[in-house]
Amino acid sequence: MQWETVIGLEVHVQLATRSKIFSGAPTAFGAEPNTQACAVDLGLPGVLPVVNEQAVAMAVQFGLAVHAEIAEVSIFDRKNYFYPDLPKGYQTSQMYHPIVGPGEVEVTLDDDTTRRIRIHHAHLEEDAGKSLHEDIHGMTGIDLNRAGTPLLEIVSEPDMRNAKEAVAYLKALHSIVTYLGISDGNMAEGSMRCDVNVSVRPKGQEAFGTRAEIKNVNSFRFVERAIAFEVERQIELIEDGGKVVQETRLYDPDRDETRSMRTKEEANDYRYFPCPDLLPVVLDQAYLDHLRGQLPELPADKRERFQSALGLSAYDASVLSASREMAEFFEETFDVCGDAKQAANWVQGELSGALNRENLGVAQSPITARQLGELIARVIDGTINGKAAKQVFQALWNGQGESADEVIESKGLKQVTDTGAIEAMIDQVIQESPVQVAQYRDAEPDKRGKMIGYFVGQVMKASRGTANPQQVNGLLKEKLDALV
Amino acid sequence: MALEESHVRRAAHLARLAISDDQASGFVEDLSQILAMVDELQRLDTDGVAPLAHPLDATQRLRPDEVTESDQRERFQQCAPAVENGLYLVPRVVE
Amino acid sequence: MHDQTLTQLAAALASGELSSRELTAHYLKRIERFDGTLNSYITVTADQALERAEAADKARAAGKAGLLTGIPLALKDIFCTQGVKTTCGSKMLDNFIAPYDATVVERLSAAGTVSLGKTNMDEFAMGSSNENSHYGAVKNPWDLSAVPGGSSGGSAAAVAADLAPAALGTDTGGSIRQPAAFCGITGLKPTYGRVSRFGIIAYASSLDQAGPMARSAEDCAHLMNVISGHDGRDSTSVTRGVPDYTETLGAPLSGLKIGLPKEYFGDGLTTEVEQAVREAIKVYESLGATVREVSLPHTHYAIPAYYVIAPAEASSNLSRYDGVRFGHRCDDPSDLFDLYTRSRAEGFGDEVKRRILIGTHTLSEGFFDAYYKKAQQVRRLIRQDFLDAFEEVDVLMGPASPTPAFDLGAKKDPVSMYLQDIYTIAVNLAGIPGISIPAGLAANRPVGLQILGTHFAEAKLLNVAHQFQQATDWHLQRPAFALENA
Repeated sequence: MQWETVIGLEVHVQLATRSKIFSGAPTAFGAEPNTQACAVDLGLPGVLPVVNEQAVAMAVQFGLAVHAEIAEVSIFDRKNYFYPDLPKGYQTSQMYHPIVGPGEVEVTLDDDTTRRIRIHHAHLEEDAGKSLHEDIHGMTGIDLNRAGTPLLEIVSEPDMRNAKEAVAYLKALHSIVTYLGISDGNMAEGSMRCDVNVSVRPKGQEAFGTRAEIKNVNSFRFVERAIAFEVERQIELIEDGGKVVQETRLYDPDRDETRSMRTKEEANDYRYFPCPDLLPVVLDQAYLDHLRGQLPELPADKRERFQSALGLSAYDASVLSASREMAEFFEETFDVCGDAKQAANWVQGELSGALNRENLGVAQSPITARQLGELIARVIDGTINGKAAKQVFQALWNGQGESADEVIESKGLKQVTDTGAIEAMIDQVIQESPVQVAQYRDAEPDKRGKMIGYFVGQVMKASRGTANPQQVNGLLKEKLDALV
Repeated sequence: MALEESHVRRAAHLARLAISDDQASGFVEDLSQILAMVDELQRLDTDGVAPLAHPLDATQRLRPDEVTESDQRERFQQCAPAVENGLYLVPRVVE
Repeated sequence: MHDQTLTQLAAALASGELSSRELTAHYLKRIERFDGTLNSYITVTADQALERAEAADKARAAGKAGLLTGIPLALKDIFCTQGVKTTCGSKMLDNFIAPYDATVVERLSAAGTVSLGKTNMDEFAMGSSNENSHYGAVKNPWDLSAVPGGSSGGSAAAVAADLAPAALGTDTGGSIRQPAAFCGITGLKPTYGRVSRFGIIAYASSLDQAGPMARSAEDCAHLMNVISGHDGRDSTSVTRGVPDYTETLGAPLSGLKIGLPKEYFGDGLTTEVEQAVREAIKVYESLGATVREVSLPHTHYAIPAYYVIAPAEASSNLSRYDGVRFGHRCDDPSDLFDLYTRSRAEGFGDEVKRRILIGTHTLSEGFFDAYYKKAQQVRRLIRQDFLDAFEEVDVLMGPASPTPAFDLGAKKDPVSMYLQDIYTIAVNLAGIPGISIPAGLAANRPVGLQILGTHFAEAKLLNVAHQFQQATDWHLQRPAFALENA
């Protein structure tokens, strides 16, 4: 039988506010346990929540970015359950009236085709603390620093049909939230966490199969692998005559498998009801217009502009617009050098290669966009050749010099274009290479083209890489052919 | 709506209240009386009436995103039953 | 000196006739001598009080005194007080030293008042007799065999017995007004949102409101001036400006339109209470007010709606008492579930458990619409009853409670206790202010006249109450206990 996979994602994004969603405690990652949990975060008797303006603004910005309806009135509800990392015994969330309504995200797949993934809604809620299970006399330790960090939970429709689409969607969300600056998107630190709903159904069948929810899949790669494993598991199960049960599963990256979380004997009953300590959040049109006016250019628009206005290929445009840092780096490089194609090649080639080798993000690049742009400009205006350009790049990367011009000067990499000087070098090489000259002379005319490479190499070497290669080539051919 | 002992047991479970068998029957009796009184509500026609969650028709005021709280862990943990290395301790949780 | 009102004591402090230290020491001595009988305080903070009193005297000497500087007060044990045990009447919080001050406590401190201690109350403010306290019942100073009312029973008894010139209480369904009525004092529940709830241990968040309990409306006005006003830490606190509540106390009542809700004079109202209330209304007529009957047609549904909404909110509000970060924790929990269920079973009393169970049940799947949603719809109808009535009249008047204080142990089943709050509970659902003032005696137990106004009409209520207290002396009558223990 042919099977079709159906995937929906619930993505939790930690919003990059300074303070928590309902208290004035800081949100910084990595502090000593419980030093960033104030009375409100701890749920001490008598404390009350007050909503952080910035958390609301960020949720709205996301909604606007995905063309969603923004709720004029949104309401916080309490989701009641007991867990040690949930200090109040309820999580303040938005069940019935979320701040962001239906929207959609356009995602680009590896083959440059695009798909629209619908967003069901996105709502604001508070993060829980952390349970630390390393043994403390057989006890679990609770750190509530993270409790109350604002989360935007983005719930998709079950619109994805394979793992690649799910990853592409997740990447698209990642780039939207980082473009907007509403999250650092750091998956390793849990700033973006993903629950994946997976089901399978016979191809052509309309009704959805029973889904499993895979919790906390926290990297793009794990999303892909967790889905792959889960799809295979479900298909095998059904084909063996079994039935998929609706349950929560955990992806274990070490074993590359999903497994059922030990479910409690009882089903949850969260007893949602409107939080009586908070009032309806009411947003007016003027406020939405104000935020809309502040939206940066978003990845999809940038990608489109990179193609239509700058003439980049779909692939280049997609890679360069994937993250805000990358796009900004590219655009500044282009501004300085004036050639989009060259800027794109350098950013994706030399720069990305070097960053990958040293495991750095573009934001941490030791070479600035201005430096790179000036370097490219010197290639374009013929001051240096491509080979020298790589040397200049390496020098700037290593911090040897402030600018391309300075490095070119100090290392004497300026391209030699003076015909007289090049001719002198050629004569010298010809004189010192009698054997090769003889071979050249004796060769069939159509083989000579290949043999010229040796002489070019010698001349370039003699010029320490600075001779203009095209000129060297032309003059060499003339002189050697004169000897034939 | 008649209240069964199973309802009380379930509520006690959700609310994490230990209830002995002796107590259960007392609670069933008390809660049944209370719910019988509450069931008066069903006599009233409320079709089309919007639920009222707050007595004033006020809206949420938003707080500027500023850090106003500093570390008071030591003070807050003075009233904690079990802490170590700044962590609150609970019986081992298996995930 | 303890037979004077707060207003009189403030004048004596201002004139230098009395120091705060003397006054505070005097009340502390009375508490020490007489509270063994009443049990109105859970915690007495004698040392801190004397320190604060001396600081108040110094401030006064330095010319930095306000109107209430040096005035001793009692606080219901529901207000968080930094460094002082704050129990909410529960074993659950028997070991809880609050690490911060409630906003109203901060404001009272800033005004220079001196806290004598924390008063007894029904556990988590759930009760109408103060018999649900982990710290034992409180006795009514008018009759030691009677309850003082609840849940702010300790505050009411302390003021009535001259163990504090005034106190703060909270009122979720009548918990200021009913004990004020039972103990023959004046108690005001302000409009929801008028006084900050920050630092007040929550029972039912959409209903809770703190207010003053004192000898007179004038005393209450002084306290309202201090505790009212917007608080950025409470989302439900209103930004609306606060008037000087003392300024309008003297306004004449000629032309005042009084409505008598016919539902407040029906079955269950005892004859003596009705007589006292009708007498009081005659006094108003003599002051120039006109009286007419009005109807609050959904009154009958107030108690049922309340016993869905309040327990639902409470069941959630009380989930934080889990034995992890503060409060009671059972010995040697075998696992997490055991820690939760046993800590909570040991820490909470029966009435609290009942309300948690009711609230959990009515919010749970399959019951939510029939109970919670329905109750909220009814809540809107109840509020509308009042808004409609206030289109016709300026204030509503009636009894605060259908009976005078009942005997300790008289109400055995929960529902008969709940029905006590028939005249007070709708007020919280509607969020309007209400005041109870002494208006007579029935079998030597006080009767409270309840006066209700529309949202933010506190100044009007205080004015109407004050005018009555200028024309009568019910509020100055002393219980036998106070007279005997002068």
